[in-house]
Amino acid sequence: MIRTVLRTEHVTMQFGGVIAVNDLNIVVKEHEIIALIGPNGAGKTTAFNDITGVYTPTKGRVIYSPAEGKEIDITGRKPSEIAQLGIARTFQNIRLFKDLSVYENVLIAKHLHLESNFLAATFRLPGYKKEEEAMRADVERLLKEVNLWDVRNEKASSLPYGKQRYLEIVRALATEPKLLLLDEPAAGMNPKETAELTEFIRQIRDRFNLTIFMIEHHMDLVMEISDRIYVLDFGTTIATGDPAAIQNNERVIKAYLGEDEDA
Amino acid sequence: MNNKRNIMLTIAALVILFGVACFVQAEVNSYVRRIINLCLVYAIIGLSMNVTNGFAGQFSLGQAGFMAIGAYMVGIFTVPVELRADVFYAVPMNPHLVNVYMPLWMALILGGVLAAFVAGIIGTPVLRLRGDYLAIATLGFSEIIRIVITNATSITNGALGIKNIPPLNDVRYIFMAAAISYVLITLLLNSSYGRAFKAIREDEIAAEAMGISLFYHKNLAFMVSAFFAGIGGGLYGALLGTVDPKNFLFTLTYNFLLIIVLGGMGSVTGSMFGAIIVTAGLEYLRLFDEPMELMGIAIPLFRPGLRMVVFSILLMVCVLFWRRGIMGTNELTWEKIISFVKHPLSGFRKKGVQGK
Amino acid sequence: MELFQAITNMTAVSFAQHMVNGISLGSLYALIAIGYTMVYGILLMINFAHADIVMMACYFALFGITTFHIPWYLTFILTIAATALLGVIIERSAYRPLRDAPKNSVLISAIGASFLLENLANYLFSGRPLHFPDIPFLSSMIDLNGIQVQAICLFIPVVTLACLFLLLHIVNHTKTGMAMRAVSKDYEIARVMGVNIDNIISITFAIGSALAAIGAIMWGIRYPGITPYLGVMPGLKCFIAAVVGGIGNIKGAVIGGFILGLGEILIVAFFPQFSGYRDAFAFIMLLLILFYKPTGLLGEKMTEKV
Repeated sequence: MIRTVLRTEHVTMQFGGVIAVNDLNIVVKEHEIIALIGPNGAGKTTAFNDITGVYTPTKGRVIYSPAEGKEIDITGRKPSEIAQLGIARTFQNIRLFKDLSVYENVLIAKHLHLESNFLAATFRLPGYKKEEEAMRADVERLLKEVNLWDVRNEKASSLPYGKQRYLEIVRALATEPKLLLLDEPAAGMNPKETAELTEFIRQIRDRFNLTIFMIEHHMDLVMEISDRIYVLDFGTTIATGDPAAIQNNERVIKAYLGEDEDA
Repeated sequence: MNNKRNIMLTIAALVILFGVACFVQAEVNSYVRRIINLCLVYAIIGLSMNVTNGFAGQFSLGQAGFMAIGAYMVGIFTVPVELRADVFYAVPMNPHLVNVYMPLWMALILGGVLAAFVAGIIGTPVLRLRGDYLAIATLGFSEIIRIVITNATSITNGALGIKNIPPLNDVRYIFMAAAISYVLITLLLNSSYGRAFKAIREDEIAAEAMGISLFYHKNLAFMVSAFFAGIGGGLYGALLGTVDPKNFLFTLTYNFLLIIVLGGMGSVTGSMFGAIIVTAGLEYLRLFDEPMELMGIAIPLFRPGLRMVVFSILLMVCVLFWRRGIMGTNELTWEKIISFVKHPLSGFRKKGVQGK
Repeated sequence: MELFQAITNMTAVSFAQHMVNGISLGSLYALIAIGYTMVYGILLMINFAHADIVMMACYFALFGITTFHIPWYLTFILTIAATALLGVIIERSAYRPLRDAPKNSVLISAIGASFLLENLANYLFSGRPLHFPDIPFLSSMIDLNGIQVQAICLFIPVVTLACLFLLLHIVNHTKTGMAMRAVSKDYEIARVMGVNIDNIISITFAIGSALAAIGAIMWGIRYPGITPYLGVMPGLKCFIAAVVGGIGNIKGAVIGGFILGLGEILIVAFFPQFSGYRDAFAFIMLLLILFYKPTGLLGEKMTEKV
């Protein structure tokens, strides 16, 4: 019986008169790669924000299970708490620490698991020094994975766009998550880059024992690696199923009619 | 190995500078010494403000209030007991306090701790606020602290202020205080916590998403900043020999704002440079306040108040045309000094961008 | 009545006196708060220099009458015009160049502008308090059933409400006003739709400064001691008033102004032992509103897009 890592129960997000997300019920099981697709403005990022604590859902609950037998209601909790519990994310518009170096961006993501308090850190007590060494070793490993080690001292904003997306993913990985939320990781990539990213996502899922939940518009990526897909339109779930089922679903096709499979 | 070398160099530099301080204490006249001391004190407070504003990106205008707390700790507890009745001539000093005496170092540390404590209380509601609101709120609290001080006459002597504080003009003492403050703050800022501050400055939402508790870290920055502002304030009070609520109007905070903008918000070494320039400027631009003559004809512009006008214009010019200030977010590192010494002209030849 | 007197130790007459003072002060706060709220609504920044514009207006009026001997009614008109011009100048030189800069820079610039105005006034006019000229009739005291009232106090609320209605008319029923509302709702869209952002912003500053000048003149008559720092405390309080009422909302600013003005006077009236803390009242109101209704009494919730 595969464990459910994340589920949302009737999550609704209302802004004034606008219902951005309507009665969302998704289930993400361990090690799955789940995709959330839908036309622009369908409420996908809002759903992410509901899950990661940026917004508090108007209605409904978000339940997270970090381990067998444990279930935590993370509805409306602070994003930092949710990250500490093991859920990490990237952002649609890339939110790197622009003025900081590539290295620092990833190193900062290790801070959340630091045991030493600020006094121990200030006085460089042995416990802290050991932790810092371990953090730095991890960062080196991660950066070498994605060929960013050589540019580690460059400002994050100076990287080419595609590399910035990888950096953001690697930064999220540095928090040692169990569940990784990717918001349009392939945005702005050409087909070759998208193919590489697809392989990358598969690899990190296997290597880091992750469960992945992503928003995407690139259908090649979505259809290639998703175990299951949820389709949103105007905040409502209009279809769910495996890639084959979704591809042939009439409602989905209609919702996308006129929508470009963008590059 | 680079790290060890840097530590050795820093220790050597501090020792040498302390030696210079001893020399200055012995040989230089007290007027110049006072300026140097003021510069060191301003350097401490400027850096403390940089911790919140420059490194954590939280725009706080509360330094004057925290300075006042530190200054009054010194004022209340270091005046010799026999002189207190003299000072508190209008309203007698609170009987619980009147016989409590502390040596300066103790009053300084307690002042810092009390300032940090107050910051912790203020910070909890206030640090949730965005940019401008935070500025106004901290400004307001700075004023409230001053209002409370003005009204608690049996503790603080109210608007009369406290005089007869044993004066401190010892460059060695103040240098030690400044050196310790700078070392401690630099250690904090270079640690994982300091990096968390920078993350919050760069992008709060991303920082939170990476597990950094905004509440904890903003408060930490705020309290550390207040602690050192309190110590700086205490030294300031000792340097002046008196404390008065009017010394701590929030306009005092603007001096430190100029220091960190000029030096570079986000640079420790920048705060040092900024402090030197502002203190020297405040002192040596006094000539703007005196009537000036050119070939026997009085120049009409020079009279009291011109100095501060020049300063305000300087602040405006900085923020409009030179936002990064002298150092921006960079530091003057040993690497840079060594490479400059080895190849003094390389900065002019090379055009390449070094990852900063 | 007797019960009231017994509890509060205050007579009906002195209560009425306090009410008059409170309403006057509240009106003045309201006029100044409008300037803050309008600028914040459009540019999302606190115009720290607004308080000092009030101060400069006082000096303009003072010098117009005492040094240049211009008749007071003419001086007042010139002051309003000059102050509006000053507001626009500050916007053009200190805020416009930084429109694309990080938020903190504009904040520092505003602080710098405020600092500059204060130091400039100190330098030009010296720090000594100057006495605002007495205006025939308006400055004199009149007796109403035992209450001693300065004549201006009868005009202050009237003038304030008149200004408010005029402003609301402009904002709600003119093309310019519509443009102003558009810019404050969504800056980018308004620009794309062809609104001349620069002009609208300048107009906003001009109106806010003009209202500040009207408030400043009445303030000068009421509290004739003019110093370079007279705007500092009231400025803070008026911004807080704007926040209490709902930042960006003009009616809210007026309500906030009255709450703060009346509150300040009445608290000290009923609890004279706290009179030293009267300035703290505004900050306590700030804390309360931020805790219980951060968007202010009439404000709307804004969510940030992530």
